Amino acid sequence: MMVNWIWLFLIVISVIFGMINGNMDGITQAAFDGAKSGVTISFGLISIMVFWLGMMKIAEQAGLLEKLSRMLYPVVRWLFPDVPKDHPALGYIMSNLSANLFGLGNAATPMGIKAMQELQSINPDKHTATPAMCTLLALNTSSITLVPTTLIAIRMNYNSANPAEIIGTTLAATFIATGAAILADRWYRNRDKGPPVPYKKQNGLSTAPDVHTPSTVTAIGGGSGNG
Amino acid sequence: MVELFSQISAYMIPAIIVFIPLYAMLRKKQPVYEVFVDGAKDGFDTAIGIIPHLVGMMVAISMFRASGAMDAMLMVVKPVFDWFGVPSEVLPLGILRPITGAGSLAFTADLIATHGPDSLIGRIASTIQGSTDTTLYVLTVYFGAVAIRNSKYALKVGLFSDVVGFVAAIVICMLVF
Repeated sequence: MMVNWIWLFLIVISVIFGMINGNMDGITQAAFDGAKSGVTISFGLISIMVFWLGMMKIAEQAGLLEKLSRMLYPVVRWLFPDVPKDHPALGYIMSNLSANLFGLGNAATPMGIKAMQELQSINPDKHTATPAMCTLLALNTSSITLVPTTLIAIRMNYNSANPAEIIGTTLAATFIATGAAILADRWYRNRDKGPPVPYKKQNGLSTAPDVHTPSTVTAIGGGSGNG
Repeated sequence: MVELFSQISAYMIPAIIVFIPLYAMLRKKQPVYEVFVDGAKDGFDTAIGIIPHLVGMMVAISMFRASGAMDAMLMVVKPVFDWFGVPSEVLPLGILRPITGAGSLAFTADLIATHGPDSLIGRIASTIQGSTDTTLYVLTVYFGAVAIRNSKYALKVGLFSDVVGFVAAIVICMLVF
């Protein structure tokens, strides 16, 4: 993995620079200081994490996450036109997105993986990503988060006058990034027309290459759900 | 516009804190306090769980900065950033963000510690860190889980949105703060 190389790179380069600058003591000190602040920051996160996850548990128990999921249905239908209408994948995608919105990374990931598995079940080529998978990934890499709890905790730790002041700017940036992801995803999807999607195969007929509203056709292919 | 952003920021948390328990109690008859405590337990594990990641990354980044290597690296891009009036200190964050979540979090914390949470650098760093997820990690986990080998254009889309988010965060922070 790339992270290993980056980590090694940072350390090796640091020591080389330290040698050149004759600042080995400083490097040693920096290493220990870094370790110390790593622990300090993690401890600073405890308060907010405990509080926020408690809040989110209430939201979950009260069915608010589910409610939000259902509200996302039209959006998800539009984003994933080639997933059959009642396919279980859509449910997991909606849960994944709403968990992301609430900043519940730990809940979002299992839901996202379940969604991927469901999408894989309707994937004709098991080793190649379908357009729907790419869209799900695009949404998750740019994940929209309503409240960036970790950042607020760190800012609190360093005595910010207003730790939450970055919520507005973060929301704006995340919306723009997600918008860009959706646009780019659409562009690529339309460009290479994707791998043969199940409904095209089932048709067999020579559908026009630029058929763009497959929703009615996919409905036929639906119902092949699984558990 | 600026007013709107600070209003959103000011109201978001109190609104959530009041709405969620109120709804749960009145509409769903949930024992809100007990549910809260139950869920809160996970928060401790989550925070403690990232200690190894954060210590590892903090050590590397702290060394990198103290050795002068960071300054040497930034010297190349500094004129370009200066010309736009953007603090070049945030550039490494843009590079780290899509690659390593713990690394970029450590770098953000380092920037906040060095320049202060309420400095422009501190605010930009917070916004960048909060506005996107770690593209490489998400790609690995999600596609790895279903053994997809050809990820098509997914990486390109993810990285593109990271760049857009990075620029957007800088521009928005410079306009608002």
